[in-house]
Amino acid sequence: MRGSRLLAFTLRPVLLVWALAVLAVTRPAGAQTPTPPVSDDEVNRVAKNLYCPVCENVPLDACDTPACVQWKEEIRTLLAEGRSESEIVEFFVTRYGMRVLAAPPPQGIGLGVWLIPALGLPAAGLWLALRLARWRRPAPTPEPPPEPSLDENARMLDRWIREHW
Amino acid sequence: MSLLGEGLLDLAWGLGLIGTIVAFYAGWRREVRWTEVARRIGLVMAPLLTLTVMALEIALLTDDFRLIYVTQVSRQTQPLFLKITALWGGQNGSLLFWSWLMSLFLFAAMARADRLPPDMRPYVAGILLLTQTFFLLLNRFFANPFETFPVPPADGRGLNPLLRHPGMIAHPPLLYLGFVGFTVPYAIVMAALMAGRQDESGLRLLRRWTLVAWLFLSLGLLVGARWAYDVLGWGGYWGWDPVENAALLPWLTGTAFLHSVMVQERRGMLKVWTSLLIILTYALVILGTFITRTGVIASVHAFARSAIGVPFLIYVGLVLVGSLALLAARWDLLRAENRMESWLSRETFFLLNNWLFLGIAFAVFWGTFYPMFSELLFNEKLTVGPPYYNQVTGPLFGALYLLMGVIPFVRWRRTPGASLRLSVGSSLLTALGAVALAAIAGIRQPWALLGFGLCAFAGWGTLLDYALGVGARRRATGEPWPVALARLIARNPRRYGGYLVHLGVVLIGIGVIGSQFDQQETQRTIGLGDSLTFGGYRLVYQGIRQYTPATEPDVVVTEAWVRVYDRSGRLLADLYPYVLQYDTGESLTPPALRATLKEDLYLLLSGWVEGGNRATFKVFINPLVSWIWIGGVVLILGTLVAVWPRPALAPVPGEIRPPLQKKPAPVL
Repeated sequence: MRGSRLLAFTLRPVLLVWALAVLAVTRPAGAQTPTPPVSDDEVNRVAKNLYCPVCENVPLDACDTPACVQWKEEIRTLLAEGRSESEIVEFFVTRYGMRVLAAPPPQGIGLGVWLIPALGLPAAGLWLALRLARWRRPAPTPEPPPEPSLDENARMLDRWIREHW
Repeated sequence: MSLLGEGLLDLAWGLGLIGTIVAFYAGWRREVRWTEVARRIGLVMAPLLTLTVMALEIALLTDDFRLIYVTQVSRQTQPLFLKITALWGGQNGSLLFWSWLMSLFLFAAMARADRLPPDMRPYVAGILLLTQTFFLLLNRFFANPFETFPVPPADGRGLNPLLRHPGMIAHPPLLYLGFVGFTVPYAIVMAALMAGRQDESGLRLLRRWTLVAWLFLSLGLLVGARWAYDVLGWGGYWGWDPVENAALLPWLTGTAFLHSVMVQERRGMLKVWTSLLIILTYALVILGTFITRTGVIASVHAFARSAIGVPFLIYVGLVLVGSLALLAARWDLLRAENRMESWLSRETFFLLNNWLFLGIAFAVFWGTFYPMFSELLFNEKLTVGPPYYNQVTGPLFGALYLLMGVIPFVRWRRTPGASLRLSVGSSLLTALGAVALAAIAGIRQPWALLGFGLCAFAGWGTLLDYALGVGARRRATGEPWPVALARLIARNPRRYGGYLVHLGVVLIGIGVIGSQFDQQETQRTIGLGDSLTFGGYRLVYQGIRQYTPATEPDVVVTEAWVRVYDRSGRLLADLYPYVLQYDTGESLTPPALRATLKEDLYLLLSGWVEGGNRATFKVFINPLVSWIWIGGVVLILGTLVAVWPRPALAPVPGEIRPPLQKKPAPVL
């Protein structure tokens, strides 16, 4: 349940005053430039995969705090300069670290995130299969229980239901 | 009020502690009289805590700003209804609320203690009282809602704006009822271990209690998702936020438990495994409460950080160590009474189900806590967000749908291959048909197509099972089909209620896949009277107004008026997206919705300039989202059917609970 307007709850009072001032100016950011060279949609497409360090767990495109609005304007500028999406992402990563990414790439300290489930889940499955194989034993009665007839009467039917459950 | 509240809390935790000691003593000495004392103490907790909660409610209703808690969640001008619900609007109050709900469950469990085998009664009482006492001690010494200011302020800060929505008012109580509810099955399993019981006399009771807890937890998750969708305004309903994950984790292990306990009940197998699952669920419940209430993992939900972290962690640690030690000590009692006979048996499939649920739970746990690990170990914080969860848990969820489609046709012990081939064959055909239909409807992503196929596979298998049952009844009795269906369900509510839950999950799956893969969005700025066209809709910006509602004087509402037309120019709806700006500086942008079974038009007002002459709108088109809510209702209905009183079930014929074999089967 990401809150798009949620940073406000964690802001310190001083920041808040500043935030209000900036908010008043920047809130209708999209509206300020009537014919923007870079559309909001293009900005959001890049912003969707970025997380600012303050608003944890809220992607940039859904966040309207002053810091995020500023980041989005930066993205707009970079897009206008002709940078590609990956260049822009890299720009933010070098400045703020890997945490700006929605999920870490499978390398360095990010490797553990992916590696453990990728190895652990199949390993657990294999263990389970081996366990089951050992646990199985030949059936004591070779004949499986006879198929109950569906057409006889209600009593038979109830038994059938129970047997199947 | 503060003195009264603290006095009541003191009385409650004191009694709770005495009750816990008495209960365990009674269990140890097998003293019936002391058991009765513990039971009565358990019964007294509910009225005692009801009084305590009432004391806090009175403080909230009378604007008693001497209490720190009251100033945090209320203010003089707050509407009456929100003053009442402010009880669980902050950390300390919500922990008291948790204790109170716990006392209600304790009361229910103690009132029906005669249904438990006598030697288990003292231990059930003891474990529940221990949990209760832990939370009361927390409330008294670490998170006291009755703490006072030396000099009280004139007014409070008011309830967090996010919590003023009806969804958020219902969400925490439901989630907490689910959390608290799982303490009862945990207590029953642990009590059976402590009493050294070998038979499963408590199992039927166990299933009911678990289903009740599961019902509330599911409801809490669904209401939470709906709240996020209706209030937070980012276009979705589930963001893999740590606090959401904290609530999902016990649900996942609890669901695994619900399935494995069936194997234990019917076949006398998987006992250690089942016990482990409920221990895990209980630990995750405590951990979940801890995460939601302390903000150990910074998250949008973590409104408060406080000193309750350390006691919580110690308690979780003690629970795990104690429970596992007990499990180890009683290992011999938990030998399986039967062996697996065939790969193609319900037992195997339930094990697979457990593996998948635990796999998902592990992946979610790992992703949730990895940022904390990386910060502790490498001093670098990471974000583990939706891409991780979707990629890792997606295939596992998919496999669960596969199991759901097959399970109605798989029997206990072993399954004749012929009947399975026929039913699974028809399910496969249906799945292929669904994929073809989805492709014709314009869906191109392979994963989405696969997902729809899996949903169709699971849905068809379940429906076919209903159809076969109804058909058989009709042939046997000549009943008209609605009667046959109703009687079929009434005959075996557990089976058919359970499959109704599966159908609900299928519908939820359809909604999730649709909205996950085919969501479209745009953000545009238009002038008054202008329009924007997107996804087959034409939106005309008609006007904007600002006002302050009489009930909430601390908020300014800016509301836009947008008319929605379809391609042919037919008026579909008038939408009023709005922004709430609170005088604290917080703001909220709830969407305006036009929901149909096909898709939701989800409209946000993102900004405005020139006094509203131009406004920025964000538009989402979320396909099939309504099916999530419909599926949720079906899931809840199915659970209600399953939990309804029912006739006793026969064990699997052929092998009715033989006494423990001389050469015990290995424990799984």
